[in-house]
Amino acid sequence: MAAEFHNLQEMQHSALLVTKVFIQRDYSEGTVCRFQNKFPSELNNRIERTLLEETVKTLNSYYVEAEKIGGQSYLEGCLACATAYIVFLCMETRYEKVLKKISNYIQEQNEKIYAPRGLLLTDPIERGMRVLEVSVFEDRGSSGSTPSSSMSSCSSAR
Amino acid sequence: MKNCEYQQIDPRALSVAPLSAQSHAEEKARRPRRKWEVFPGKNRFFCDGRLILARQSGVLPLTLGLIVVTCGLFFAFDCPFLVEHLTVFIPVIGGVLVVFVVTSLLRTSFTDPGILPRATADEAADIERQIDTSGSSTYRPPPRTKEILINQQVVKLKYCFTCKMFRPPRTSHCSLCDNCVECFDHHCPWVGNCVGKRNYRFFYSFIISLSFLTSFIFGCVITHITLRSQAGKSIVQAIQESPASVVELVICFFSIWSILGLSGFHTYLVASNLTTNEDIKGSWSSKRGAEDSGNPYSHNNIIINCCVTLCGPMPPSLIDRRGFVPPDEAVPAAPASEMELPPFTAKSDANMCHQSTKDVLERMLNSSDFHGLCPAGTPKTTPLVQEGPASAPAEPPAGCSRPHERGAAARLCRPLSKHSRRDSLHSINPAFRLASPSPSLSRSALILGDAPNMGFVPLR
Repeated sequence: MAAEFHNLQEMQHSALLVTKVFIQRDYSEGTVCRFQNKFPSELNNRIERTLLEETVKTLNSYYVEAEKIGGQSYLEGCLACATAYIVFLCMETRYEKVLKKISNYIQEQNEKIYAPRGLLLTDPIERGMRVLEVSVFEDRGSSGSTPSSSMSSCSSAR
Repeated sequence: MKNCEYQQIDPRALSVAPLSAQSHAEEKARRPRRKWEVFPGKNRFFCDGRLILARQSGVLPLTLGLIVVTCGLFFAFDCPFLVEHLTVFIPVIGGVLVVFVVTSLLRTSFTDPGILPRATADEAADIERQIDTSGSSTYRPPPRTKEILINQQVVKLKYCFTCKMFRPPRTSHCSLCDNCVECFDHHCPWVGNCVGKRNYRFFYSFIISLSFLTSFIFGCVITHITLRSQAGKSIVQAIQESPASVVELVICFFSIWSILGLSGFHTYLVASNLTTNEDIKGSWSSKRGAEDSGNPYSHNNIIINCCVTLCGPMPPSLIDRRGFVPPDEAVPAAPASEMELPPFTAKSDANMCHQSTKDVLERMLNSSDFHGLCPAGTPKTTPLVQEGPASAPAEPPAGCSRPHERGAAARLCRPLSKHSRRDSLHSINPAFRLASPSPSLSRSALILGDAPNMGFVPLR
């Protein structure tokens, strides 16, 4: 992607649009962690629908894997109970391992797909698993150094 | 009143703050703080954020003291006699049980029960934007419920005024700790913490092992006294020889009923995948609502319910206690007087507009979570509004210059303070709101005087 540089005056006049789109949780299957696969309308002309849906679907499948109730989780639970939960101090739980995988995945997606389109995904764990936050930057080449200052420059430019 | 609240969390106003107080940012950057130091809930942290406890630790010292004293007396006075007359396994079993009890108790007390971090300013504003479909009515209360379908059953999600979000299912706000807790069971004064999703299994193992321990000690002490009095002495003489046993007997006798009862109750809850909160409120009882209103979270199989609750995967802590507060995010906690913000925005444009989007994104990707502390910034102003003059203000977490915010919030809220005070009475105790949503709603309708045009979801 070619970075387009506009001069400062043009950027100040152009009312940079910076916003955040939140993809909420989908509770239709209970309290398991799942995000809605509804494509937000604000991203209509920023990214292809299939790409975002694919990302959300992959994230959901990671969370399903983390919260899967099966042989391994029972073993972990019983072992922990038998050792009076001391084993949790030494061992990384399966959930934590999957969370690491998720954060690597999100970073990879950001680098390959979202940053070139002026978007940024925030790992849901940093938002308390409430939302999947997509930060939208006006892709005009010049922007603030942090999202908060970008938003401030956006608001001031208005 | 609510208008005033929304003004305070306007993301544009708040986000300008970091640039306005650059000197503050420099000062704070020199001393990086961990997130637990600025945590907005009423909690205490130990070992640099590794351990968390409710601010009101309740009777946890008493619980620990009772257990230690009783077990100490048992091992010192009853075990020698019993080892001599019965078997050496008695202190061994006792020792194992004590280890289980104490470790479970400490894990329950010092583990994050599943606290949900408060919504960031952007999220809160986004939620309000989404529900503001009725147009530009000035005095509208925020919506209180949202209905969703869980496993084909209608469940109402309530909006938490403190945490600025719709609470996920099974989440409840603990007024003692001032936090929303996932799968909130209850706040237990004996362990000095809430019992929720992350520490319920520890709590359950604590009460089960404590039941076993209490019964075990009770049985052993009775055996001890019986054996002593069988050797040709009266019971009174036996007691005189071993007075500590009487102390243990009394303690065990009085505690065994409640502990056994509690264990039985929680075994029932585990088997039906309910929380104490839901059971008490009768959320899924067949008496209220449609005939098919069962518990949507239950797997309808006792064994599976037990396994899921007790041996399910251990979810991570969402509050990231030991993470560092990013310097530019720490500043919104400083003077948040929005009046001072506009003059500085021009300066920010001049300084900041040289990099490309890609550089920005790369930097953000490499930095630690930059918005993780928005929750700490935003609710600083709201507790004042919600709690009003009625209660002593919630003790501010260390390190935030709250007097400034209070001044700012007071300036903003003065015109609407009447509304804030009345609504604060409803906002303080979520239990009352939950129990009687309609009266509070009608009351706020009267206050705001604009009932038909509110545009919120009416509560039944």
